Amino acid sequence: MSVSALPSRRDEAWRYSDIDAVTAAWPLPAPESIVVPAGGDFKRAIVQDAGDIRQIELVLGKGATASLHILNIGGAYGRIELAVTLHEGADFHLGAAQIGGGEQNLEIITTVTHAEPGATSRQMIRSVLGGTATGTYLGKVAVARDAQQTDSEQDVKAMLLDRSATANAKPELEIFADDVKCAHGCAIGELDAMSLYYLQSRGLPPAEAKKILLQAFVAGVFDGAEDEAQLQELALAKLGELV
Amino acid sequence: MLKIENLHATVADKPILKGLSLAINAGEIHAIMGPNGAGKSTLSYVLGGRPGYEVTDGSATFDGQDLLDMDPHERAAAGLFLGFQYPVEIPGVSNVQFLRESLNAQRKARGEEPLSGGDFLKLAREKAGLLKLDMDMLKRPVNVGFSGGEKKRNEMVQMGILDPKLAILDETDSGLDIDALRVVGDGINSIMRRPDKAVLLITHYQRLLDYVQPDFVHVLAAGRIVKSGGPELALELEREGYAEIAA
Repeated sequence: MSVSALPSRRDEAWRYSDIDAVTAAWPLPAPESIVVPAGGDFKRAIVQDAGDIRQIELVLGKGATASLHILNIGGAYGRIELAVTLHEGADFHLGAAQIGGGEQNLEIITTVTHAEPGATSRQMIRSVLGGTATGTYLGKVAVARDAQQTDSEQDVKAMLLDRSATANAKPELEIFADDVKCAHGCAIGELDAMSLYYLQSRGLPPAEAKKILLQAFVAGVFDGAEDEAQLQELALAKLGELV
Repeated sequence: MLKIENLHATVADKPILKGLSLAINAGEIHAIMGPNGAGKSTLSYVLGGRPGYEVTDGSATFDGQDLLDMDPHERAAAGLFLGFQYPVEIPGVSNVQFLRESLNAQRKARGEEPLSGGDFLKLAREKAGLLKLDMDMLKRPVNVGFSGGEKKRNEMVQMGILDPKLAILDETDSGLDIDALRVVGDGINSIMRRPDKAVLLITHYQRLLDYVQPDFVHVLAAGRIVKSGGPELALELEREGYAEIAA
């Protein structure tokens, strides 16, 4: 993942980035490296609230499991980049929400490599974007030639609160094995007008009605997180700023 | 309580209500019947403030306030409840959470103290019992996976919890089997039949009116009330059809 030259928009992984912000932060420190040994279990919650560029390389040994939860909400430009390598029978779960308003540019970039047979990966990404904010998810799943019985899933949804906001979503599959299951779904939409009206007709002011719908939209991504309540609370507070 | 005068309204620039007038006093139950396309649901949405339903002429006041000038949540806080013909499914939002927040938003708007979690659950349990809706269903996401009858009973549970002054019930009887119709009818009576409350029932059929006896029945056709009478008018309609009466 380490890039020696300064990235440009010609680089797929940096296509939607705030290149000025990247330039200012260049050179990036070496990616954080996490190795989960065979049979090990790893959990981490990441809250990006300061406009950082974070790169993490995660390797899961045979039969290891890892569960990552990400809340990407802060700074003018916030980027989280994950490179995950799965060995035989490993299981990777990612639940991520990015919530941005104003002119924020938030990105989650993942590359999940199924290097050996029987590994599973599940990614669930929810973006809520208002103002002229941009939220990007680029997720590549690579399945090596021997990695039969790979089971991977990408579930990507974005909610635009204003017509001026932008969501980019690109699930990408590179599959060299022939007995795999790689599901990917993507939807970008706006709040349902009838649901909003229904909630308001019961007495909820418009901002509260929006907040309750958005809370429901992102809620699932933090299921099973160690700090689930805290993540939900931070997400809710950020949603409150947008509505 | 509710006074509608010469109301004209359009939906997507198409005129639907064309000079509708109606007055409802406290303690009264009114039924509006009429053929498909007469403007019954449009009337309920106009009174409920649904976006896209544009009033082009006339007025509607609720307890002396200009109803048409209020946002939907302000109408609710003022004591208006709209029972939806097609209650909306909202995945991920639990009934009890949404109702408690709604009730407390209304109470806040009226300058009242919020209801505590315990008191709210007690209230919710009481109203769910009244409508014979399992309390577990109230903890589930709003209307998701509910049958048609359960959705309508859930509307009535919401009405019981929110305790409005005026309920506009848009085809609350549609989609109900015979037993559920009786339960819903009893619910409406027990929640709303009070000297300080009023109900506007919108329906196609006489059958709900067997359980909730109206004081007045109106026939709505082509955007106006073309005939008003007592409960006997509903029976007459059932016997002779709208075409005969509305002609």
